[in-house]
Parts: sequence; C-alpha cells; structure tokens
Amino acid sequence: MKKLFSFILLIWTFSFSYAKDKMPKHANLNKSKSSINADVSIKLPSGFGAKVIAEKLGRARHLVVNSNGDVYVKLDRLKDGKGIILIKPGQLPTASFAGFGNFTGTGITIKNGYLYASSNTAVYRYKMTGGNGIPTGAPETIVTGLAEGQHNSKSIVLDNNGNIYVNQGAPSNSCQVEDRTKGSPGIDPCPILDYAAGIWQYKADKLNQTLKDGVHYATGIRNVVGIDWNNSLNQLFAMQHGRDQLHDNWPELYSNEESAELPSEELLMVKKGSNFGWPYCYFDHMQNKKILAPEYGGDKKKQGRCEGVDVPVIAFPGHYAPDGLLFYTGNKFPAKYKNGAFIAFHGSWNRAPLNQKGFFVAFVPFKDGKPSGPYEVFAEGFAGKKDITSPGQAEHRPCGLAQGPDGSIYVSDDAKGTVWKISYGK
Amino acid sequence: MKIIIKLFVFILLFFPALLIAQKKSVIKKTVPSSTASVKRGMTVYQMRCLACHQADGSGVPNLNPPLIRTAWVKGSKEVLIHQVLKGSKGQVVIDGDHFNNTMPPIPSLSDEEIADVLTYVRNSFKNKYSSVSLAEVQSARKKITK
Repeated sequence: MKKLFSFILLIWTFSFSYAKDKMPKHANLNKSKSSINADVSIKLPSGFGAKVIAEKLGRARHLVVNSNGDVYVKLDRLKDGKGIILIKPGQLPTASFAGFGNFTGTGITIKNGYLYASSNTAVYRYKMTGGNGIPTGAPETIVTGLAEGQHNSKSIVLDNNGNIYVNQGAPSNSCQVEDRTKGSPGIDPCPILDYAAGIWQYKADKLNQTLKDGVHYATGIRNVVGIDWNNSLNQLFAMQHGRDQLHDNWPELYSNEESAELPSEELLMVKKGSNFGWPYCYFDHMQNKKILAPEYGGDKKKQGRCEGVDVPVIAFPGHYAPDGLLFYTGNKFPAKYKNGAFIAFHGSWNRAPLNQKGFFVAFVPFKDGKPSGPYEVFAEGFAGKKDITSPGQAEHRPCGLAQGPDGSIYVSDDAKGTVWKISYGK
Repeated sequence: MKIIIKLFVFILLFFPALLIAQKKSVIKKTVPSSTASVKRGMTVYQMRCLACHQADGSGVPNLNPPLIRTAWVKGSKEVLIHQVLKGSKGQVVIDGDHFNNTMPPIPSLSDEEIADVLTYVRNSFKNKYSSVSLAEVQSARKKITK
C-alpha cells in the first residue's frame, strides 16, 4: 500500500513538472486597443495592431478574403435576408453591408475564380465575375443531401488538384447506445463511422454529388470546424473537437477537474486513410497518447485498441472548441509566423462547473512540416472579461480566420458578428 | 391523491396540536415551501443540469437551450416534467433559436427531485414563475410512463 502511495505521489509530482513544460508560452502581449467602436480591447503581441472592420453581423462563422481585399463572411443566421456578407475595403464597420445567398451555414472559401460556401446540408459555388463583388448568377450545387444533427456545420477547403474537402460531424458525443447518458455503453462497432465522423473528398467542379459519390478520405474524427489546406506541405489539416462529458457520464472515473482538461483538442494532419480513433479513443495530452474511451472499457489509462491509432501533431487542453484554422503564408508578419498555424478557439462550455476557457486565437510555429514549439496565445480579450462561467457571458467568440492579400489576418466572431483585421507594423 | 389531501385537511381542522408537533414533516410532504424547494433544487441542478445548461442558465448557443425566460420555462409544467423524464433528440427550436444537442432522459430522479429542480429553474436566472409541486410531477409521471 505504501509503495502504491509513493508511486502515485511520484507520478503526481512528475505530471506537474511535465505540465509546466507543456504550458503555453504567452507571446509578449501588449495591450493594443481595437480602434473604431470596439466594445472590447484585444491584446496582441508587440508590434501588431487590430482594427474592427465590421460589427453586428450576428452569427459570423468562417470568412475569406479575395485577392482584391474584399472580405466575404458566411453567416449562420440570415442578416437582412442574406447569408453571405461582403465587406469592401474602406467601408465603415457600421456600414450597411451588401450580401447575397439565402442560406445559412459555416464554410466559405475562394479558389480558381469561384466562391464556395456551405449550408449545413450542401456545398454551393458562385462564379466570381468581378464588378462590385456580388456574384450575378445563381449558385451551382456541388454537394447535396448531407446529414444534419449534432455537429452539423460543414467546413470546406480545396486542394490544388480540383478536390474539395468537407467534414461530416458525428451526430453523437461518443456513440453511446443512449447519447450523452450516464453509464450508457458505446455501440461496437459504431455505425456512425459509415456515414459521418470523418472528412469526405469531392470533385470541386462536379455538380450534385452526394455522400456516396465522395471519397471517404479520413475517419474517426468526431467533429471538425477549423480546416485548412497547407500549401507548403500540400497537405490537409483539421482541428478536432474532442468528446464531452467524461465526468458527467463516468463520474467514478473522472473528476470535474480531469473532465475539464480532457480530452485534448487536436490538430490533425489528415492523410487519405487516416483514422483518429473516435469514438473508441480520445487523446490525453498529459499522458501524450490515445486512450481507450470509458464507453469501450477504458479506465483513463488503458490504451487497448487505441495503440497505433493516428495521433495529433499538437494537442490543446479540453473543450476550447477550435473553430478556425489558418496556415499563414504571408510575408508581413515576423519570420517565425511563416507557414505556422493560427487557431481560433471559440471557447468552452463543457469545463463547467470550472471556469470556461478558450475565447482566444493561438499560434503554433511550424518547422520542417511539424510544430516546432508549444502554442502561444496570439490574440486574446475577445470575451471582454476574465472568469467566464458560461459561454453566454463572452462578449465575442472567435470562429473564423482568413488571410488578406496584404498579409494581414482576419478574425470573425459568431456571438455578435464583429470582424477584426490584424496587421503588423505601422 | 385526493384522499391524502382530504386527510390532511381533516388533520388541519381537528388536530392543530398534532400539526404543530409534526410541522416539519408535514410541510416537506404536502406543501413544499418554495424557498426550501428552490434550495434543494439547486443541488439537483448542480449535479444533473449545470454541465449543459450552465451555472447561470444561459445554455450554449446552437447546442444546449437557455433556461432564462424562454417560452418553455414559463410554459406548461407538464412539458417540462416530460423533458426531464424523457429527454429529447434532434433539433429543438426555442424562441427562434436552434439547439442540436441530445438531452438524456433522467427518470432516475425522484418525483420530489424533479419538483425541486423545476421549481429552482422557474425561480432562478431572473425567472419568477410558480413552483412545480410534488403532486404535479406524480400525476405527470403517471401519464408519461403509462
């Protein structure tokens, strides 16, 4: 017994020093007040400045910037009947913005002269015709009939070979017989994996494709909102939202504190055929491995069938909700940012009864195709106050990220619909 | 149920001394004082509801409904009792907002716990609505689980 006790003590001490090593570095933050009409001031590393370019758009999800600086924002609730808003450079943030598209959703991107946008069930594209930036023709339907439910947003990104990637979130927390129910076992094998919990690849210029026309590109991914194509590595990356409720549903195994911190949010390098293990496995950034889920017989240490399952390239504390991912390819930021990853954390809800966390934009430096250091907090203060106990208390929740032709980056917020432009120098 | 109420009216009228002696348990069993019920309900809320509906009842946008002056919270008590006992799957629309998370059924809660937690919800987070009584939960559970 004594031996066991000293062993636990040893592990405990080690885990602390380990956690300390893994603690994110706070980039040399200095207060930089967002300019016009900002109701919060966001903090950025020294030399960076932020400017609000739009406000009160409502549920502003992902956004994209055209080569001429026009910013397109995808809304999850129509504003004046429009689902896509256009912000022209130089417009006042309080302007009445033009828009188009009568569907709500999350995904938006521009490639090869087309603007692609998604609803929760379909992917559309508009031909960019120049002029005032508002497409004149009706959209073409690229993918249709996608399933809704829990985790229903469809994020989209294109590669350089004419393919578009679309996530299909799992309509479940952990594939239990009774979803989100205390003590309910996991279904084995999980039937959801056949039609969801993965990323599908479609042809970017073929009309009316359905799930069965797509290539089931990667599996075992519970839900993805942040997705990007890394052009320097010619490689797909996505941010997984880890499962919820380890304590609620397995209180004999996980304390509130453990359940707030676990499982990790994961940055995934997604290859064709990748399997990241959901619902059988989750990642534990403190043990630095995939762990067998309690629904499938796990005891928070056992790996079992999770040995050999694909792991993230970097992991973050639980429930931060990564909704935006952007690999920075510009030259306007200091050299360390080149090819690194910006991640917009929407902020948690499943850390309760502990305080909620997230609500910031992180940066992960990359070298030789992988993270070269711990993540840093790049932009914070969106929530407007510290000690948030519920996401509803946050003034703003970062969601989308995009890069402009001048090397600036843009951040959208889907609580109130503010859009910030973050630039370096001057 | 009616018989029990009649019995207590009888006791009230003819045995005031006995009533005083039994005051505590009578209050607990028949007419739960709303404050005591709210207090007990808070404990149930913290154990079974807070993780999703949040400490301030504000819920989670797109996922878990808020409990602040919504049509559901101020509406039919039977619907609320049904929600606790049966849960819900799929999209729920509340005051124009959509919510997509599953709510698990919690039939393991006792009738009193359900009365207490709903009374707590209807009298917290700026809500000010009538209490949910044990009798209302008992009759609703009978109907629902029939």
